[in-house]
Amino acid sequence: MGNQISLLLVVIPLIAAPIAAVLPRGRLPWLLACVVASVCAILAGVQLWNVLNEGTISYELGGWQPPWGIEYRIDALNAFVALIVAVIAAITLPYALLSAEQEIPEEKIPLFYSALLLCLTGLLGITQTGDIFNVFVFLEISSLASYALISLGKDRKAFTAAYQYLIMGTIGATFYLIGVGLIYSETGSLNMQDVANILPSVLHFRTVETGFAFIMIGIALKLALFPLHLWLPNAYTYAPSAVTVFLAATATKVAVYVMLRILFMLFPQGFAMTTPAEELFIVSGIAGIIIASVYAIYQSNIKRLLAYSSVAQVGYMVLGIGFASVAGVTASLIHLFNHALMKGALFMAIGAIIYRIGACRMEQIHGLGKAMPWTFGAIVVGGLSLIGVPGTAGFVSKWYLVSAAIEQQAWISVAVILFGSLLAVVYVGKLIEALYFKPVSDTGKAVREAPMLLLVPMYSLVFANLYFGLDTDLTVGVAQQAAAILGGIGQ
Amino acid sequence: MDFFIGHYNYWIVIILMMVGLYTVISRGNLIKKIIGLNIFQVSVFFLYISLGAVEGGAAPIIAEGVKVYSNPLPHVLILTAIVVGVATTALALALVVRIKESYGTIEEDEIHNLDHSL
Repeated sequence: MGNQISLLLVVIPLIAAPIAAVLPRGRLPWLLACVVASVCAILAGVQLWNVLNEGTISYELGGWQPPWGIEYRIDALNAFVALIVAVIAAITLPYALLSAEQEIPEEKIPLFYSALLLCLTGLLGITQTGDIFNVFVFLEISSLASYALISLGKDRKAFTAAYQYLIMGTIGATFYLIGVGLIYSETGSLNMQDVANILPSVLHFRTVETGFAFIMIGIALKLALFPLHLWLPNAYTYAPSAVTVFLAATATKVAVYVMLRILFMLFPQGFAMTTPAEELFIVSGIAGIIIASVYAIYQSNIKRLLAYSSVAQVGYMVLGIGFASVAGVTASLIHLFNHALMKGALFMAIGAIIYRIGACRMEQIHGLGKAMPWTFGAIVVGGLSLIGVPGTAGFVSKWYLVSAAIEQQAWISVAVILFGSLLAVVYVGKLIEALYFKPVSDTGKAVREAPMLLLVPMYSLVFANLYFGLDTDLTVGVAQQAAAILGGIGQ
Repeated sequence: MDFFIGHYNYWIVIILMMVGLYTVISRGNLIKKIIGLNIFQVSVFFLYISLGAVEGGAAPIIAEGVKVYSNPLPHVLILTAIVVGVATTALALALVVRIKESYGTIEEDEIHNLDHSL
């Protein structure tokens, strides 16, 4: 039973997706999606437990032995990422009910949940599979579903945002595909473990280097690494609230995972050092942190503000990868987890404001903090976590990131990480000022607190932010174990 | 010279790839962008198909008297990629229909103007 879980995590949402599409309108599709996501979250938890206790799990699809068949290979790293995705899905779906009923036409609700489940299938699939071509297939399943989900937004700009994302996402995926083809032509294998064994003997071929470059650029597009982030702000701004919560907390994280896996496991020890990849990661990480944070300060749409902040946070994760040390990758993984918590909570709170007032421009939210105290509280905690105030999850990730930078004696990076936090103080401060210190408009006085069904998922993430700011056993412990698995990391 | 003629299929791949990518970047018409994207994807299909071909190899169906077969795996992989490409194109076209319905145009600069004149 133990190793079947890896496949069940992909198959259950995949089967549920078409069922959700044909269910009658009303709340039945939502109920199905909720149950499926919760089951996945429990299974992912069990899977991580099994991996931590028993070591790597391997599942051969259809009984074909690797490297010929597709193998699902689960270690602490991907079990950890799968757990993040599944738990965020399980928390987002209860939240989605009311916000989707308000933002999405009734006849499209079953299709909405169907697409959400497909997106979940793709994201979980990427984490489970041990086959580089299979990664491409799941990448496209999740991407196609997310293009459709983004286009469901109320504003007509949602269509252009989805189109823009589709074009850039497809170019990214095709670059990845070219890279996989070139690697296959040198190794004759697609199984990650097998490719990792063969690659050292063919490393001197230019084809391998070209394949590496194509894969890295393709994934950098998918994870919205600055300056390839142009699709992200629009996509997050105009997507329905629940979709923004889900994508912001999972999609880029899974892309970071793929990058880690390929950089440090597929390619042999120290290979990345021989290419300009590490320097490029550090440079674009630094540029992303500063420039995207400055952009965030000047946004008048609060969803867009947080979207730019997401680009900056991706910069932190990539910076950690760029250090190419165990400490750097650990910090990157911790931030991956914590950022999912804080952005999830923040976008949920923004979604609650949109649920009440139907808009999210800076001047329209003046003084709403008093009318919606609980939602405001969530924004404050999420914002503090984003800044990295001690006692919140954000502090833990910043702490490990700074330690990793000091270990490398990368003083510029240390300065940038701290300066990035200062910039976060500015944009979070702007948000809180508008919500709390600006006078309430007349329409604002009539606004009531968000309904319980929005607050409960929101606060489960808010408490997670506080909890993982104090108790770091799970996050740091698992991240360290996962980072140790990536054998290719140099010393 | 042999380098050029012997690898003619790869040269076609590179040319198609550049044509496709350039079209996506330079054209403002949303349909033309999709066409460019398709050309770009097709070039990758060619790349994979070329990789699978073995000189003098027959189609990978076991038959008497045949010793050398082409490698079927890249061809199977690219079947999957073609399906993905078709799905992407369908979704992109559907989005263009919705954009045309709500904006009345499919030119990128006109859409941009409409969004910013409000």
